Amino acid sequence: MNKQSDISLATLHAPTRHDSGPKHVTGTAEYIDDMIEPVGTMHAYLGLSTKPHAEILGMNLDAVRSAPGVIGVLTAEDIPGENDVSPSHKHDEPIFAVGEVQFWGQPVFAVIAETREAARRAAQLAKIDYRDRPWIADVRAGQAAGGKLVTEPLKLERGEVDAALTSAPRRARGAVTIGGQDHFYLEGQIAFAVPGEDEDVTIHSSTQHPSEVQLMVAQVLGIRHNAVTVNVRRMGGGFGGKETQGNLFAAVAALAAKKWNRACKIRPDRDDDMQATGKRHDFVVDYDVGYDESGRILAVDAVYGARGGFSSDLTGPVTDRALFHADNAYWYPAVRVRSEPLYTNTVSNTAFRGFGGPQGMVACERWIEDIAYALGKDTLDIRKANFYGTDTDNVTPYHQVVEDNIVHRVVDELEASSDYQARRRAIIDFNKTSTVLKKGIALTPVKFGISFTATWYNQAGALVHVYKDGSIHLSHGGTEMGQGLYIKVAQVVADAFGVNLDTVKIMATSTGKVPNTSATAASSGSDLNGMAAWDACEQIKSRMLAHAAKLHDADEADCHWVTGGLNVGRKHIPFAELAASAYLNRVQLSAAGFYKTPKIHWDRATGRGHPFYYFAYGASVSEVTIDTLTGEYTVDRVDILHDVGKSLNPAVDMGQIEGGFIQGMGWLTTEELVWDDKGQLRTHAPSTYKIPLASDVPPIFNVRIAEWSVNREPTIGRSKAVGEPPFMLAISVVEALGMAVASMADYKKAPQLDTPVTPERVLMGVERMKTARGA
Amino acid sequence: MVEVSHAIKFLLNGEEVILTDVAPDLTLLDWLRLERRLRGSKEGCAEGDCGACTVLVGRLMDDEIIYDSVTACIRFVGSLHGTHVVTIEHLRGENGALHPVQQAMVDHHGSQCGFCTPGFVMSLYGLWMRNPDPSRAAIEKALQGNLCRCTGYAPIIRAAQSMSSYGQPQGDPLLAERIAVRDKLRAMHDGRRVEIGEDDRKIIIPASLDDFAAVYEANPDARIVAGSTDVGLWVTKFMRAIGPVIFIGHLQELKRIAENDSEVRFYAGVSYSEAQPVIAANFPQLGELWDRIAGEQIRNMGTIGGNIANGSPIGDTPPPFIALGAKLHLRRGEHRGEIKLEDYFLAYGKQDRQPGEFVESVTIPLLPAGEKFATYKISKRREEDISALCGAFRVFVNDAGAVGMVRIAFGGMAATPKRAKAVEAALIGKPWTMDTIEAVTGQFAEDFSPISDMRASADYRMLAAQNLLKRFFLWTQERSERLAREVA
Repeated sequence: MNKQSDISLATLHAPTRHDSGPKHVTGTAEYIDDMIEPVGTMHAYLGLSTKPHAEILGMNLDAVRSAPGVIGVLTAEDIPGENDVSPSHKHDEPIFAVGEVQFWGQPVFAVIAETREAARRAAQLAKIDYRDRPWIADVRAGQAAGGKLVTEPLKLERGEVDAALTSAPRRARGAVTIGGQDHFYLEGQIAFAVPGEDEDVTIHSSTQHPSEVQLMVAQVLGIRHNAVTVNVRRMGGGFGGKETQGNLFAAVAALAAKKWNRACKIRPDRDDDMQATGKRHDFVVDYDVGYDESGRILAVDAVYGARGGFSSDLTGPVTDRALFHADNAYWYPAVRVRSEPLYTNTVSNTAFRGFGGPQGMVACERWIEDIAYALGKDTLDIRKANFYGTDTDNVTPYHQVVEDNIVHRVVDELEASSDYQARRRAIIDFNKTSTVLKKGIALTPVKFGISFTATWYNQAGALVHVYKDGSIHLSHGGTEMGQGLYIKVAQVVADAFGVNLDTVKIMATSTGKVPNTSATAASSGSDLNGMAAWDACEQIKSRMLAHAAKLHDADEADCHWVTGGLNVGRKHIPFAELAASAYLNRVQLSAAGFYKTPKIHWDRATGRGHPFYYFAYGASVSEVTIDTLTGEYTVDRVDILHDVGKSLNPAVDMGQIEGGFIQGMGWLTTEELVWDDKGQLRTHAPSTYKIPLASDVPPIFNVRIAEWSVNREPTIGRSKAVGEPPFMLAISVVEALGMAVASMADYKKAPQLDTPVTPERVLMGVERMKTARGA
Repeated sequence: MVEVSHAIKFLLNGEEVILTDVAPDLTLLDWLRLERRLRGSKEGCAEGDCGACTVLVGRLMDDEIIYDSVTACIRFVGSLHGTHVVTIEHLRGENGALHPVQQAMVDHHGSQCGFCTPGFVMSLYGLWMRNPDPSRAAIEKALQGNLCRCTGYAPIIRAAQSMSSYGQPQGDPLLAERIAVRDKLRAMHDGRRVEIGEDDRKIIIPASLDDFAAVYEANPDARIVAGSTDVGLWVTKFMRAIGPVIFIGHLQELKRIAENDSEVRFYAGVSYSEAQPVIAANFPQLGELWDRIAGEQIRNMGTIGGNIANGSPIGDTPPPFIALGAKLHLRRGEHRGEIKLEDYFLAYGKQDRQPGEFVESVTIPLLPAGEKFATYKISKRREEDISALCGAFRVFVNDAGAVGMVRIAFGGMAATPKRAKAVEAALIGKPWTMDTIEAVTGQFAEDFSPISDMRASADYRMLAAQNLLKRFFLWTQERSERLAREVA
């Protein structure tokens, strides 16, 4: 079934441009804040807590209510349904805090006014009396305070770990601190609610998960799902930050819209957005790894402490996925990894591209690095010595057999094409004579599991209409956040019908068109929605074909879809003509498609199963130069070879690879989240939180898709998911910086750089090396 | 006696706008989006750091129009009198086609989510108009003030590198209309002062520098706003009331630069961008620092006078200016006085300036022959970031190889930009050698006890400051090992 059709307009697998490109560049692409508001639209703004953990003794909102332009305020008491937007359904995430606040920046109330400016000003006038409570800042503080968790931990185990560790000739023990990350989507959170008849409300939400917004709004209003319609045309970036974090804003807008029977929009400013919404989890991973003199890992025992924040949100599945990637591409003969999803008095952390996987891999590459420096070897040699085999040594810590391993070929090709060995030798020579500047180079692989580990999420629906004029209307459950999902699925549909791409009208995602959708997340968008749309097309095509055969008294076997229409015997029927004739003959020209990923299963209680349909692979080589006087550095060259199977759209996929790498590099280098000693996040705007710039792009940036790769599984067009895997290619930057730092002590001591590797961390690493060298 | 009018006039794309009721804190972005419903320009951060709201503002300079990219989010409408505001909606190619810059972006897959894209297009448009075939370094510099979170910039850079193959600036509508626009702007500058509103909502746009001096003397409580790169944030971030406001960014007399054999004098309204060629020519060691101050849009707006007058401890220009021995020229009405720049900063947020007195110009002595001078800025991200610390070093080594004169100034190490006088004292008269440098590192603790904040820890600041002195020493020995990443 993976063979799409015999007809080819070269739409599928073609480097087609983003469908919204011309609208983006002219400023006509409409985001929610650009929509023309109905008369009487109200604007909401949140009042946020100014304590990390405190009892609320009293709340005086009189000044807020009487401020100019204010229509009213909303607190927990104004919620007719449940005061909860917890996506884990643990009911631990109130919209408005009641009785206590649990992090600095937690919403306590909302003010509704005639203008956003009036609401924003009024929100500052609240007088809230707090009584401070002890608060937990981060992972180590959480562990020290007894290790309260926000959700159930996970353990993956295989083999006799304790025995293997005890008998191992060598051990690497340590801890690695891995920083969090703000999404910094350019369009912040926003929701716009328009009240309708009866209980109805329509929400325009910047969300990756319309069905969940629908559920949350229904729950908060105490109404049924069918009264809530959620629409998403496009987001100005998501990256996981709009998988659950839009729920609260949508709920507030809907509450106000129904209470006052007027449309209501809510858009926090950047600072509030960054303080009140969740981020990538920061982790501290404590590890104990046994290995032999050749650098082969014998056993791994590690604990993954994660800053969960005050509520569960997606911390459970995120920490699970960290464990699922504790192996990256390496075979562990014995392994025990455990998660600690810790409660902290910080904003509840959430999904972010890679979803815990990147943290799992950073930790893994840390002990690879420890082993290499302890043995005086190149880290690449240690990596190769530990890669999963193809027929043996291929069982993951979760007992899934790796069946599609191509890491050897990817790494070998990249090693050759990047001239890794010669460059590494040249760098070692350079470092011998250069006193202030030092260079480093590293090659790191990626193996990333594709599928939601919540098995039921691996389903999708689509709705395809063919109109009488042959034009096509495409809806599916996936959302467009810039990643090119809409164009990819449109390519599938155009290819299926053999029509030009401009015949397919891409519709905004709506819960009214396709119900019960999964989040557009886990890199799964085109895998799931592409297949669902293809299924819908096939249904319509089979009806049209049957109709044509009957009309022309032909055998169905003699009817063939070709470019532009259907051949019935020797007669060619253009697609539009076929559509018109099908209509006149009462043939249904609309279909709902459906897809569910086969083969996957997962038993969390036993830590066993086949949670991933397949794996995506890649590798990168980074070369850096550091300044040992200041810790400043440049990333001078990056080479990437990445596996996307048979690409549905090489241009879109290239954009995901380049963009993912740079975003990952930002996470690991300059993007530092800093909380002060009062519990307030101090990096809450681009002035203090530094994502990469154009000038941070390596001057030599060779990115290639592994064109020979074809997904072994029958995915849409034999492609592979691409959203998340390239993000982790950036780990090579950390390792290259580590090599440059380690050069200060003749590569005899592992650099052990925590992330993000800011200039400060590099300089302090250099100082550690100087001390080690002197000792 | 200066005549007074009561209307702000400017061009918005192809249309003349006359406003008689404008709040002093009304931003251009809010006005465009909320009042004019031109929603191509986006709000990404409301602090001038992300560039999603980038527009061009054309202004008369020596009777020619100069178009600057600016961030509309922190530009006040009151500062637009006599300008031409060009938004993404005005960008158009021939016969309704995409503009060459837009087409290059589409063809090179330069947009993903698209939210930052109008800002990128406007920045690239500004670049293309003056440099259609830019180098990689020129592209990076032009895009320092634009954040993209999706693409990783690579396709945008490729688009910029190919812009000229899609079309040349000759014949671009904006250039073709230039003379007509110039005439319209000229007519708006009618020699009258503009006054709008009353009390806290009052806007004053002085007719001339003398008029400004008189107006400010008479209204010493008024807020002076030039580039609004700082005051803009008071409004958008802190919702502070700023009125009454005197806008001075338009005053050409404050944009003068006077050079002679011994010094350069910048009037206070000279923007970083306008100063750049003069800085590069006279103080080549400042060139790199200059290109790392903020992004292009902010350099087009922010002024030398503003960077000094607001007294920030982390402003990038005071450390080198102090090391060079800069003098401030203050003016109050017709009274003028001068003060050494280093004496101007009294304490955090407090400067030695009287009510009604303003910074009219700053004079920077040229480096005497035989002296060495360098400035180093350290920030978490190399470009468009605020200094963790910034050090400026100046030394004269006499024939005996000893330190005859030394001045060292730092930003980011104290509550004000500050000289390292203990370090200087320890160096003076000593041989200019690495041993001497090593021996004086302890003196830094006499001069500074830096803080830890989100930009850097106190330990890092101290260590890096000491190392920057070593870097300076190495550089004077022509052992200049620096990271080679260049800006245009």
